[in-house]
Amino acid sequence: MGKEEQELANRPDNTAFTQQRLPAWQPMLSAGIVIPGFVLIGLAFIGIGVALFITSRSIQVLEFDYTGVEQNSPCFNCTGQKVLNCVCNLDFSIDRPFTGTVFFYYGLSNYFQNFRKYSVSKDDSQLYGDITYFKSPSVTCSPYDYDSNNQPIVPCGSIANSMFNDTFKLNNINGSKVDLVPLDGKGIAWWTDYNIKYRNPSITPLKNAFNSNTVKPIFWSKPAYELDTTDPANNGFINQDFLVWMRRAALPNFRKLYRRIDKGLPIGNYSLAISYNYPVLSFNGRKKVVFSNVSWMGGKNEFLGIAYLVIGSMCVFMSIVMLIVYAKFKFPEED
Amino acid sequence: MHIYKNEQEPAVRSLGPENLLLKGATLKNTQKIYGVAVYTGMETKMALNYQGKSQKRSAVEKSINAFLLVYLCILVSKALVCTTLKYVWQNKPGQDEPWYNEKTQREKDTNLYLKMFTDFLSFMVLFNFIIPVSMYVTVEMQKFLGSFFITWDKDFFDPEIKEGALVNTSDLNEELGQVEYVFTDKTGTLTQNNMEFIECCIDGFQYKYRDANSELDGLCVADGPVNKVQQKAGREREELFLRALCLCHTVQVKEPTEQNQRDGLDQVDGFVVDSEEPHPPQEQRGFIASSPDEVALVKGAMRYGFTFLGLESDTLLFCKGADSSIFPRVRQEEVERIRMNVERNATEGYRTLCVAYKYLSAEEYAQADAGLREARLSLQDREEKLITVYNQVETGMSLIGATAVEDRLQEEAAETMEALQGAGIKVWVLTGDKMETAKSTCYACRLFQRNTELLELTVRTLEDGGRRREERLHELLLEYHKKAVQDAPPVRAGVTRTWSSATQDYGFIIDGATLSMVLNSSSESSSSRYKNLFLQICQNCTSVLCCRMAPLQKAQIVKMVKNSKGSPITLSIGDGANDVSMILEAHVGIGIKGKEGRQAVRNSDYAIPKLKHLKKLLLAHGHLYYVRIAHLVQYFFYKNLCFILPQFLYQFFCGYSQQPLYDAAYLTMYNICFTSMPILAYSLLEQHICMEVLLDNSTLYRDIAKNAMLRWGPFLYWTLLGVFHGLLFFFGVRYLFSNPALQDNGQVFGNWSYGTIVFTVLVFTVTLKLALDTRHWTWINHFVIWGSLAFYMFFSFFWGGIIWPFLKQQRLYFVFANMLSSVSAWLVIILLILLSLLPEILLVVFRKPRGPHARQLYQSVFPSSCLCCSNAFCCCRRMPSQIAVVTPLSYKHLKERE
Repeated sequence: MGKEEQELANRPDNTAFTQQRLPAWQPMLSAGIVIPGFVLIGLAFIGIGVALFITSRSIQVLEFDYTGVEQNSPCFNCTGQKVLNCVCNLDFSIDRPFTGTVFFYYGLSNYFQNFRKYSVSKDDSQLYGDITYFKSPSVTCSPYDYDSNNQPIVPCGSIANSMFNDTFKLNNINGSKVDLVPLDGKGIAWWTDYNIKYRNPSITPLKNAFNSNTVKPIFWSKPAYELDTTDPANNGFINQDFLVWMRRAALPNFRKLYRRIDKGLPIGNYSLAISYNYPVLSFNGRKKVVFSNVSWMGGKNEFLGIAYLVIGSMCVFMSIVMLIVYAKFKFPEED
Repeated sequence: MHIYKNEQEPAVRSLGPENLLLKGATLKNTQKIYGVAVYTGMETKMALNYQGKSQKRSAVEKSINAFLLVYLCILVSKALVCTTLKYVWQNKPGQDEPWYNEKTQREKDTNLYLKMFTDFLSFMVLFNFIIPVSMYVTVEMQKFLGSFFITWDKDFFDPEIKEGALVNTSDLNEELGQVEYVFTDKTGTLTQNNMEFIECCIDGFQYKYRDANSELDGLCVADGPVNKVQQKAGREREELFLRALCLCHTVQVKEPTEQNQRDGLDQVDGFVVDSEEPHPPQEQRGFIASSPDEVALVKGAMRYGFTFLGLESDTLLFCKGADSSIFPRVRQEEVERIRMNVERNATEGYRTLCVAYKYLSAEEYAQADAGLREARLSLQDREEKLITVYNQVETGMSLIGATAVEDRLQEEAAETMEALQGAGIKVWVLTGDKMETAKSTCYACRLFQRNTELLELTVRTLEDGGRRREERLHELLLEYHKKAVQDAPPVRAGVTRTWSSATQDYGFIIDGATLSMVLNSSSESSSSRYKNLFLQICQNCTSVLCCRMAPLQKAQIVKMVKNSKGSPITLSIGDGANDVSMILEAHVGIGIKGKEGRQAVRNSDYAIPKLKHLKKLLLAHGHLYYVRIAHLVQYFFYKNLCFILPQFLYQFFCGYSQQPLYDAAYLTMYNICFTSMPILAYSLLEQHICMEVLLDNSTLYRDIAKNAMLRWGPFLYWTLLGVFHGLLFFFGVRYLFSNPALQDNGQVFGNWSYGTIVFTVLVFTVTLKLALDTRHWTWINHFVIWGSLAFYMFFSFFWGGIIWPFLKQQRLYFVFANMLSSVSAWLVIILLILLSLLPEILLVVFRKPRGPHARQLYQSVFPSSCLCCSNAFCCCRRMPSQIAVVTPLSYKHLKERE
């Protein structure tokens, strides 16, 4: 008995795992699987590609560069050094009506919102409404943490400081009649940004939270609590334009949502009154406005549709090649 | 040594090696001894023999280091490129410090070169993930855990010794799949070291111990010695012979005796044993001897009814030894009768000993005794003097007979050797035995085939020409070189042994004396030339037999082959203490848990109970381990490259400002959590070809020979794949972000969304790439692969779902969820994953099988794989994927070529 027990103790377990005999599935990429697979994937991709392409084509986009570099551009006068409160009018006409909600973007190019130093130059605790950080902003905000009088800046940092401050008014010109097109600024920022990530201090009126020895960002004309005088819920850190700006763009050429035009734009002549404040020429930047409607896939983007079509056709093509190879080498032999 | 006793003449006694008490000796026949420590500390044998168990590193680790260097270069050059471009770019007006991103005063004051340097360092930090640090952890885990499969393998369990395999180091698992040379000991490794007395020959008459009568070669047959029907040697001779067997040995009986053994019993090769030895009659059967042959002989003699009982008056000198040493000492006319038998026995693989005797008169005995004593006492040239005395005494002896002892082959020794040779491994037998015995063992093991031409380089062949040995050696070496190397048809790369019968197989035999001539030739220049010739000959021979080797010479040979051109991977296998040096020297040392103690096992890297286990250890375990770890290494480099490449490319779009593309959590978790488990599971469980097929087709082993999966070719392939994927991930998303309004509510995505999309594509692609490479999906693979992806999704939701109080920046807050709410993001993720993997699939389908064995592989793998498996899930339609994929398509290519 003793001997047997000893033998059993030393003998390795005879389990599937220890003997490397776990039941296993051995997939094999054979022509019989790959060719139909490629055909299916190809067809699916072509289908998606066609849908994407058509959708993207149906999206209307109007884009105007208003930087004012060229002599004949309407905002050329505003680009001078000493021009303040300059307003220029960009006239355009629409031949095909924009249906559905029209989104009004502003775009900047050669603007690096993704600089590392720039992108950390904010204080999330401040922006979360924590009033203790109003007095001592994070060092990451430097050099926009304190002003020259050593007063803390709220909201601190480069991002807030460089907030886009051109404003636009869109007029529909119908003969001599000028109608202001209503622009909706609600819901242009992420819902979570507006409701959770950014918060105003729970002090009413909001002004009092800021007045305690804080100053507005240096480049701002108005303090944070007066960003939108028409809507008190759109002020402070949860101002929609501020939130849109604070979500930094990924690439140096970007567009950000400015307003929505819920009723669309019918055919007609329009004039966009631009109050030109934001300097971009010093770094060879460009400014533009974009009117676009969106679809289920978002804004106009031809890349996706074309990519799907190309890949889809390549898959189908490859499956045909494989089929030919397969037929050529298989069928004669089977005879 | 002078012994002074009260009022007596000082007695003089000799002190020799036999008076040394070695480590571990126990007192047996006496209560106490007086001793002097002679060799201590570093002078002890143990310290001198200690080879400094040098760190053995596998070829895979060397490859890893080379790859690492390449990736270090990539890292540094990436950082350099970015730093240079940054300053070039900043030179353009308005780029360095746009108004919206003013620098702090401190930054403005910093020295330009210092800034450049810190920028360089920042880039290094940013890209450092390209160096797969976690790979080392994973490799170690894989090796450690993987080695358990060897210990657990029940095929390695030997019911006799009730033990399985033993793994002393887990560092060399993959080296088992790379072996090119096997150096094997003979006794106890190829053979069982279980001696059995088979037959003897007395005065030219053959006696065989058998139960049944049978005729044999026209010679006499003995049905036990009592039967005296046929022609026989005289009874007197028989008795003499058996008496010799009984007396002439070093066998000790287990029971302690109080007898003072006056005359030292000599070693195997010693000759003198006085017949007046007092030896108590024994009833028990426990025999201990320095050589197992002697036990067998004594037992054999006992079977014939001879046990030592008492003393006789005559003085007889019995002498027992190898034929080569006995024949010169006996009268020549007696030799011929015996020689035939001895040689026949030797070719049958038996170990032979000859027995001779001589009557000694009283004076002669006294004279010899005195001579010996005197010789022992001499302080100089004691050995020589002893030998002279022996030689004087041992002349003119008469040969009585010869014995044949069988050392049986290990189980499946021949099959194992055949499999190893089929796997392209060269087997060298290194033994201390004499040539004839070793040669017959080689034939029995099928190391030498019938048509193998043997090239002998032994003392005998050197002396043939009647010229100086050196000259003859030179001549022979050149001749063999011409035969084996120059005239041999050029061998195809990677295949060293051809299967066609057209080419001649060569076997090479060398003995210790000649070897030392080759290695330590008088002049330095000829020495290295001989060595080269010798190596080249050996490399073109299918097997090499080195006989009459000293333990150190074994190590010398291993070292020589190890350091030869192409630095082949060597494996030594042995069971005894004399194999330790070669076990330590070889890349992989394997100990057999044999009869000769534990020394070899303790010094080995792996220990197995039997030689036959070597086949599975190399062909199945070694092969799988190598494929697993090779894939693991390549995959790790690949996945880190395509992880960090987008981050590098992003620098071109963020003003070279070291902005990371991925969130810090993703950067840290990528290698630790998201992509580590699937590859670990793969590297433990993958069986691209199932074990049975690997064992049945030893040629498969050649497909991974010479580190096939970790050479620069495959490395380049994986690197390019990584670059391709990295480019695809980055630019695919970049073109999507040409319009960042990706949601149907017109809202735009920012930079963290960009990074998260790239990262999602990345995690899915590298995981699915591994899934594509996995040929053996156990439930564990399923669990970790799909589990990793699920964990990534879960983690991303969780990480972005909460405002983390300890984080300064809530960068990823709801980024992932928002990303998933965008149809375009979904579409681009699917597109990029598929686009990354489709070429891979195409490649697998279209790849032509490589190597000359592909066809054979197809034929042998497919039919057998479907039959061989007991497991219903296993084997059928199995593919050797990485090595030679034989899909129906590529099979057709193959057909076409033919």
